[in-house]
Amino acid sequence: MTERYADLIREAREYVEQQDSDSAPVIYIGMATCGLAAGAAETREAFEKALEEHGIAARIVAVGCLGHCYAEPLVVIRTPDYPPLCYYNVTPGRARILVKAFLEEGDPLQEFLLGAMEANDLLPAVSDFPRFSMEQRVVMERCGDIDPESIHQYLAAGGYEALVKALSLPQQEVTRIVYESGLRGRGGAGFLTGKKWEMAAGVPSEQKVVICNADEGDPGAYMDRTVLESNPHQLLEGLAVCAYAVGAGEGIVYVRAEYPLAVRMIQRAIDEARALGFLGEHILGTNFNLDVSVFLGSGAFVCGEETALIQSIEGKRGMPQHRPPYPVQKGLRGLPTVVDNVKTLSAVPAVLKRGADWYRSIGTRGSTGTAIFSVVGDVLHPGLVEIPMGTTLRTLIFDICGGIPNKKSFKAVQIGGPSGGCLPEKFLDTPVDFDSLVEAGAMMGSGGMVVMDEDSCMVDVARYFVEFTQDESCGKCTFCRIGTKHLLNILDRITKGEGKEGDLEILEELSMDIRNGSLCGLGKTAPNPVLTSLKYFRDEYEAHIFEKRCPAKKCRSLTAFYIDLEKCARGCDACVGCCPVEAIFTTSNRKKGIDQEKCVKCGECVVACPPEYDAVVKVSPPELAPRIEPPREGESRA
Amino acid sequence: MVLEGPAAEEAAMFEDVVDLLSTRSKERSELIPILQSIQRKHSYLAPDVMRLVAEHLDISSGEVYGVASFYNQFRFNPPGKHQIKMCLGTACHVRGGDIILENFERKLGIKEGETTEDREFSLEKVACVGCCALAPVALVDEKVEGHMQPSKVEGLIMGFQIERERQERESKAGEGNELASND
Repeated sequence: MTERYADLIREAREYVEQQDSDSAPVIYIGMATCGLAAGAAETREAFEKALEEHGIAARIVAVGCLGHCYAEPLVVIRTPDYPPLCYYNVTPGRARILVKAFLEEGDPLQEFLLGAMEANDLLPAVSDFPRFSMEQRVVMERCGDIDPESIHQYLAAGGYEALVKALSLPQQEVTRIVYESGLRGRGGAGFLTGKKWEMAAGVPSEQKVVICNADEGDPGAYMDRTVLESNPHQLLEGLAVCAYAVGAGEGIVYVRAEYPLAVRMIQRAIDEARALGFLGEHILGTNFNLDVSVFLGSGAFVCGEETALIQSIEGKRGMPQHRPPYPVQKGLRGLPTVVDNVKTLSAVPAVLKRGADWYRSIGTRGSTGTAIFSVVGDVLHPGLVEIPMGTTLRTLIFDICGGIPNKKSFKAVQIGGPSGGCLPEKFLDTPVDFDSLVEAGAMMGSGGMVVMDEDSCMVDVARYFVEFTQDESCGKCTFCRIGTKHLLNILDRITKGEGKEGDLEILEELSMDIRNGSLCGLGKTAPNPVLTSLKYFRDEYEAHIFEKRCPAKKCRSLTAFYIDLEKCARGCDACVGCCPVEAIFTTSNRKKGIDQEKCVKCGECVVACPPEYDAVVKVSPPELAPRIEPPREGESRA
Repeated sequence: MVLEGPAAEEAAMFEDVVDLLSTRSKERSELIPILQSIQRKHSYLAPDVMRLVAEHLDISSGEVYGVASFYNQFRFNPPGKHQIKMCLGTACHVRGGDIILENFERKLGIKEGETTEDREFSLEKVACVGCCALAPVALVDEKVEGHMQPSKVEGLIMGFQIERERQERESKAGEGNELASND
């Protein structure tokens, strides 16, 4: 087996070296979904065209995502004269300039440079920035670095070594290493992965199944997609190790159909791995067989729950089932089934390669290893961040992600998506790990983290999440089905200024009932956003109910815009053109007023009003807006 | 009788699904993959087609509809030529995605989940396309439009209208030329 692997590694290295041996520059473009959304395809085209025009022979390689969404499209250029250089916001225009100035004339254009990928004496390195240096990458180690469509690149970087090691060990030994590493399921619940494998291995059965859960439905989290798109082989390797350890012969990757690129990448990776003998029959010449297929999830949030996911593969409505029996005892088609998250399985190769002690040395006692967060919302450098467990929220939000932009102040951070909670400033020194977050009232969930500044209304955020869970409730449990609907109705009323005394008490009581009366995680955690925001931001709820005022000026029924006539410039029409509903009229002295009846409160006029006038004012409650009458018929109209 | 418009389309879909089903096994677990392949090709599931699938798998058509309507992916009405999907994930919501959705609704004169009468546009909301750093985001015919603003909504729709008018002009001019050359 090891000889076979050594041959494959040698071939892969030769293949990669041969590609890199010529001195031609290589241009790596991040072409995962987020890169493409930022225009990476256009950038690639511009590079191709410019290279042709200037007659430069350079190779373009499409890689995955580095996780630095704020700087997309990201491009790394490797030349013989410089260390690999990373450029940010590479628009087609910049691409053309880079080809001419850098590749042709040799000027590395520092103004577009994010940093060099390696430390050196010439140029600042990316490792000088906390956004890079404070991260610790285990799962995303190779994301954005290797070509996801080439198994050779993964092999040349030491890929599938963990599988080889696993196959040389007894099955129980593999499980023991994973158990001792303290790796916990990254899907949200944080169950000990080794324990789960042990349970599955202990069930006597001819056939067993391993399912990789990539049904990432949490709005605001996209790390699973990134891993699938950027380094699918690492996941497959972890899945194969798991299958070997528990004695499974069938693997299924359950991916959301809404992630077409991820589906394509994982399918391709499966085909490649099978062709080289890392999957299929007699893997690497041993007696271990594993067949892996892809199942497309059809978009139901509840299918992230393992029993619902299994129902959906069986062709039924994705409704959670009673546990026990747990899937490890009786899962897909009644077979013992291990369901693990993408990040869990992707961490397995590193655990095996470097050992349980190494993995345990990262993170905290109860939560070992690293966690991936998608930090989005009001932060300077949003994107995917992989940090050791136990890092504080303050470090993550302020040091790594650059803090709140536009000189606004921090208000809250929402962690764990619809099942998580909103934490205020006093929790910023909470370490992020499974247990501390639950203690604070939030949860790890899938790792979605939305940072909110002073302009966010907590009642509105709670309403948003309840609307989501209400929509996604499968309808099996009465409290989840009807209770969330009532929660939503009450929150709806409050945000519209129709809240009444006693609403908050009903919200609390109903939340507890939903939590106690639901079968699965969706229902049990659905009230979390309401409960935490009620606990930490009760004054905001009260302002909505008793003063009919939204302190953040976010809820549209409770706000109004008006134009300050003192500041408005005579004859300026900037706001008139931008208003989508023609609510802005010209007053008799050629200034502007807003027709409150027509205004939809989109805020476009605030943006359009030139900063030197800054005449549009937003107020809450709406009665604070002075009434400006439109000119009567016959009077002059500009 | 020659069928026209939607009826012809559904008849064609029916024929095609008969062919597709002949290649598929009758396992219950095939249900979702079958529905997915039908929708991939025809972009929606017509009632007759679901009855066909039910017969094939030997389950009630109610059960097929029950499964199909459970999942967000499946649609039961033909979509517009241009599909607009407004992301209402958390980051997009915080950044005012609902205001953008309202602008689309107003501009197109339809509500979320509907298709314009001329079947040019359909509008839906989706929960997170995973481009949160670009919020608010809209998917317009599979292309991600980041940092949406109400004015951008107008620009996008106007772009499609200009393109459509240009095509109409060209096809008219083309017909004219043909006529001329026939003379």
